[in-house]
Amino acid sequence: MSDAPSAAALTGAPTDPQKGSLRVLQLYPREMNIYGDYGNVLVLKQRLAWRGYGAEILEHNAGDPFPDDVDIIVGGGGQDSGQVVIQEDLQAIAPRLRELAEDGTPMLLICGLYQLFGNSFRTYEGTVIPGIGVLDLETRGGSERLIGNVVATSEEFGEIHGYENHSGQTFLGSGLRPLATVVKGSGNNAEEKHEGARYRNIVASYLHGSLLPKNPMIADFLLRTAAERKFGAFDDAGLDDSLADLARQHAGARPR
Amino acid sequence: MNPLPVLVGKAARFASRLRGGGSAFPGLVVERLDPGFMGRALSTLPRGVVVVSGTNGKTTTTKMVVELLEGQGLKVFTNRTGSNFTRGVAAALLGEVDWRGRLRADVAVLELDEAHAVHFVKLVPPRYSLLLNVLRDQLDRFGEIDATTRLLERIALATTETVVLNREDPRVAGLASSITAADVVYFGLDASLRSTFPNDDELRGAAGTAPAAALPADVVLASVDGNAAGFEVEGTTTHTDLRLRGVYNIFNAAAALAAARAVLGGRADGDRLFSSLAAVEPAFGRGESLVVDGQALELVLVKNPSGFRLGLKSFDPAGCATMIAINDNYADGRDMSWLWDVDFDSLGLGGVDVVSGVRAYDMALRLKYDDVRVGAVEPDTTEALRQFIRGSAGRPKRIFCTYTAMLAVRRELSKITKVEVVS
Repeated sequence: MSDAPSAAALTGAPTDPQKGSLRVLQLYPREMNIYGDYGNVLVLKQRLAWRGYGAEILEHNAGDPFPDDVDIIVGGGGQDSGQVVIQEDLQAIAPRLRELAEDGTPMLLICGLYQLFGNSFRTYEGTVIPGIGVLDLETRGGSERLIGNVVATSEEFGEIHGYENHSGQTFLGSGLRPLATVVKGSGNNAEEKHEGARYRNIVASYLHGSLLPKNPMIADFLLRTAAERKFGAFDDAGLDDSLADLARQHAGARPR
Repeated sequence: MNPLPVLVGKAARFASRLRGGGSAFPGLVVERLDPGFMGRALSTLPRGVVVVSGTNGKTTTTKMVVELLEGQGLKVFTNRTGSNFTRGVAAALLGEVDWRGRLRADVAVLELDEAHAVHFVKLVPPRYSLLLNVLRDQLDRFGEIDATTRLLERIALATTETVVLNREDPRVAGLASSITAADVVYFGLDASLRSTFPNDDELRGAAGTAPAAALPADVVLASVDGNAAGFEVEGTTTHTDLRLRGVYNIFNAAAALAAARAVLGGRADGDRLFSSLAAVEPAFGRGESLVVDGQALELVLVKNPSGFRLGLKSFDPAGCATMIAINDNYADGRDMSWLWDVDFDSLGLGGVDVVSGVRAYDMALRLKYDDVRVGAVEPDTTEALRQFIRGSAGRPKRIFCTYTAMLAVRRELSKITKVEVVS
């Protein structure tokens, strides 16, 4: 066991009696959280708590029964070895994930799970790993790793800051739009200037950092969507994001 | 052989010392003039070469192995300046060899960065290697920790006599299955201590995957109580006080003991090993204790989630002023994601007085999400240190810093207090 907070420790009841709780499901936190993606879950939990909402943080690991009520799904990146471990389980829960995605459940998919939510991943050696086809995209293993700070712009979210570290290069199908256009860095692949993907209420991205702390507008999009679906409204009382703004400014000035 | 490259290299070393820097430059000179220099100088040592590698704790562990072997009467060559690249080893050799390029030492104990160690072992196969851990560190340089594991495997496979492995790190312990030429020995933890040292796979409470208990270990860290520790060797537990700070250094002491025992091959004087260990002082910047305004100031180097977590756990924050300085230069690693895998709740009660470094705002944002109060955010380290010392009069102080932030803090501190200088 470790000292790191467990899902149960993160769970908090609403402090405002008028407000409810959202259920946030973290996919495969054992195998797919190697790049600090835990920060994304913490940000969702705290931004709910600061507004008086409760958060229930759930985990789904390989072999677990998939929980019934889920309001937000968060999936992270992992080692290649981790992706092999979860492969069978991911295919088993794929019908549920597809159903939730089509129904409009907000999801944040980073790096490894972004790739696996696509149609397929062809490794550099030529092996084809099937994805679960929620997102119309394909990923090809490359010989070079795309590594470094990234700045990208999106009409929906403004400037997005993060850090990429991937050898898979992702190409979106014609019906799928990118999350943002890259200003600094590579993004989905070394050829286009696209970063991530947007589909229904899914935000998919290669960016770590973690993504949500420095990009609170994406966190609030996921929270607002989930709250409106569940409660019909969201009290998005303005939070003080001045530290995030300064962190973005400083990150944007750093070398690739 | 031609002594000219050695003499030119020595001259370059002398010149660069006069300039007060560039510890690896003379190594470059001699490498260019005489590529075989290092291999020749090291291959004649009666007890061969020990390579120490892994993500965390190389510098302090190397220092321990050196002092343990010196305590047994051996003359030891080491790259003490922290130049843990091949070129740094060549530069350190230039200072020690005679004009014909001969090294007067019994054994060499070398700290090598994982990627550079692979290059080094091709030139000089080590007789012993000590592989500490594979933690998430500088991922932007090597891509993935599985890739780092493969680098350590290359070191293990090039080793001719004994490979010393960390039983508690599943990636390191797993290397044993591919080692055929050399013997394998382990160092490890008593089961009661395992929860203190989660590896990266166990960050979020996932079950440990280390086959730990099943493997016999040559040296086991049996207990830790502050700076006192118990080490079990051959069925007997010896308790000793250490000057080293931090539980991670104390675990690495078990690693150093196992490596020294491998080199000494049954001829070790056990009592002397422990008295040497008790006397080891922390290495440059790694858990150093200095004095500022009559108060203790501790520098704690943090460079990956496990190290930061252990650092927070090793030092009680009660009554202590705290500063954190996070840089993202090449040597620190550019990716800030790792800060999100550290739990800062333990700082919640007293808060953090000053947050500094190039990525001060990333760090302050991280603390905000753990509800830890931050006194001031000042990216400039010099100014931050001034504010920190002014605001913490009468209290002991502690600064957690990444590698290049530590260099900056240390440089600044040397202007206001006496700091041990390691050349």
